[in-house]
Amino acid sequence: MTEIDSVSKIIVKTTINQENMELLISPHQSLLEMLREVAGLTGTKEGCNDGNCGACTVNLDGRIVDSCLVLGAETEGKSIETIEGIAKDGGNLHPLQQAFLEEAALQCGICTPGFLVSAKALLEKEPNPDEQRIRLWLAGNLCRCTGYDKIIRAVQKVAEDNN
Amino acid sequence: MHPFKYIAPENIDQVLNLLSEYGERARLLAGGTDILVQTRTGRFDLDALIDLKHIAETTKLILGLESLVLGAAVPCYQIYENPEIVANYPGITDAASLIGGIQIQSRASLGGNLCNSTPSADGICPLIVHNSTANIVGPNGPKSIPVAAFCTGPGKNILAKGEFLVSINIPTPKSGFGSAYERFIPRNEMDIAVAGVASSIQLSDDGNTIEAARIALAAVGPTPIVAETSNQFLIGKQPSEESFYEAAELAASAASPIDDMRGDIEFRQKLVNVLTRRTLNTALKRARSN
Ligand SMILES: Cc1cc2nc3c(=O)[nH]c(=O)nc-3n(C[C@H](O)[C@H](O)[C@H](O)COP(=O)(O)OP(=O)(O)OC[C@H]3O[C@@H](n4cnc5c(N)ncnc54)[C@H](O)[C@@H]3O)c2cc1C
Repeated sequence: MTEIDSVSKIIVKTTINQENMELLISPHQSLLEMLREVAGLTGTKEGCNDGNCGACTVNLDGRIVDSCLVLGAETEGKSIETIEGIAKDGGNLHPLQQAFLEEAALQCGICTPGFLVSAKALLEKEPNPDEQRIRLWLAGNLCRCTGYDKIIRAVQKVAEDNN
Repeated sequence: MHPFKYIAPENIDQVLNLLSEYGERARLLAGGTDILVQTRTGRFDLDALIDLKHIAETTKLILGLESLVLGAAVPCYQIYENPEIVANYPGITDAASLIGGIQIQSRASLGGNLCNSTPSADGICPLIVHNSTANIVGPNGPKSIPVAAFCTGPGKNILAKGEFLVSINIPTPKSGFGSAYERFIPRNEMDIAVAGVASSIQLSDDGNTIEAARIALAAVGPTPIVAETSNQFLIGKQPSEESFYEAAELAASAASPIDDMRGDIEFRQKLVNVLTRRTLNTALKRARSN
């Protein structure tokens, strides 16, 4: 049984974007705080901090989660993918990132990392989702700028290229 | 937020010991989609969160001959991605598929939904119409009680000090069984039910009469409400527009909703009426194809 003291910090061993990491965190810190404040990975954004907006979406062992609603301590031994891990080696953008640029699927950009992480998980699971499926899958990601259509179009574009 | 410890026990006894050691100063952590929000907004002042996700009994989902044993911390996606559960437990699948969005479903459990005990919870009514029981352990040993008797008020339930939910038993349906859950929300997804209704129907062998029916109502009372008068009325009836209409009227009068920003009393009763007919029709369709 792991019992972790609140006063003393703890070391969490996880894999982030395929890199093994040991991070010194407080046991009550969220995964979001662990990523941004301890690992220095600030690509993952804090929006509402209560699970409604999806800006902090990361992939945890193959499932998308709101990192604000996971404790950092829970990720011991797990594998995390954040927005920083999405572009391929050498800085080539992921097709979704490219499509977001081409379709102008972002304005202020706060929601974008979350949308990309969510959409990537969808296309890995279901390469050819239709528009309705994409909209439903992305319902946990809010955008206050674009009105969604451009985001959906960008994801559809990549889905069609998968055909 | 008061800093708290994170403890990940590996068996039931360790949880019981921690609960007796910490008392009100600790809470259990399943998917965390309620408790982390509540802790952060200061509803609880905790010394420890006790994670239930490293314990076999709370994390396993066992499809047995007589029942599905659903570990209290099993996340929603494991329900709707399991073809056998989708086929046999459709009302429960409906609920697991509409709680939050995909991110929430990666984590949220029906056990957490039940223990959080909000009247608007989407997972509880489907469990009730599937005749489920809650398997509880505590200082005095294990016990099982019907999910229908679990909630006692908004955010309140029968769990006594030191007790917790280990799993939920959902009986394996016979052929001719169907169930459904629907809720009304002003948006398409990601919202709290203004009203919700779960229905189940057991048809006779020849498929012509209703042997048993169960209707449970969400968000229209301090706890989920079993529409007992509707259930009694439907026994022995033929499934028809008329009998469903009557059952829906009875369900609407069993509801005791409040007026709030989500909807007034009259609107919620109307919703119960409509959702009862809809879910009975879906349950019937599913019963006929099962
Ligand atoms: C963005 C968002 C959207 C949501 N949408 C919905 C929705 O559409 N419908 C809906 O019904 N809910 C919704 N919820 C609420 C929540 O997701 C659900 O109630 C969920 O099922 C809770 O499960 P959990 O595993 O996350 O519980 P947790 O948060 O881990 O636990 C919930 C409560 O139960 C206690 N507890 C947990 N497990 C046990 C146990 N085994 N024994 C005793 N006590 C226990 C905890 O201490 C806590 O008090 C939403 C929440 C968010 C943040």
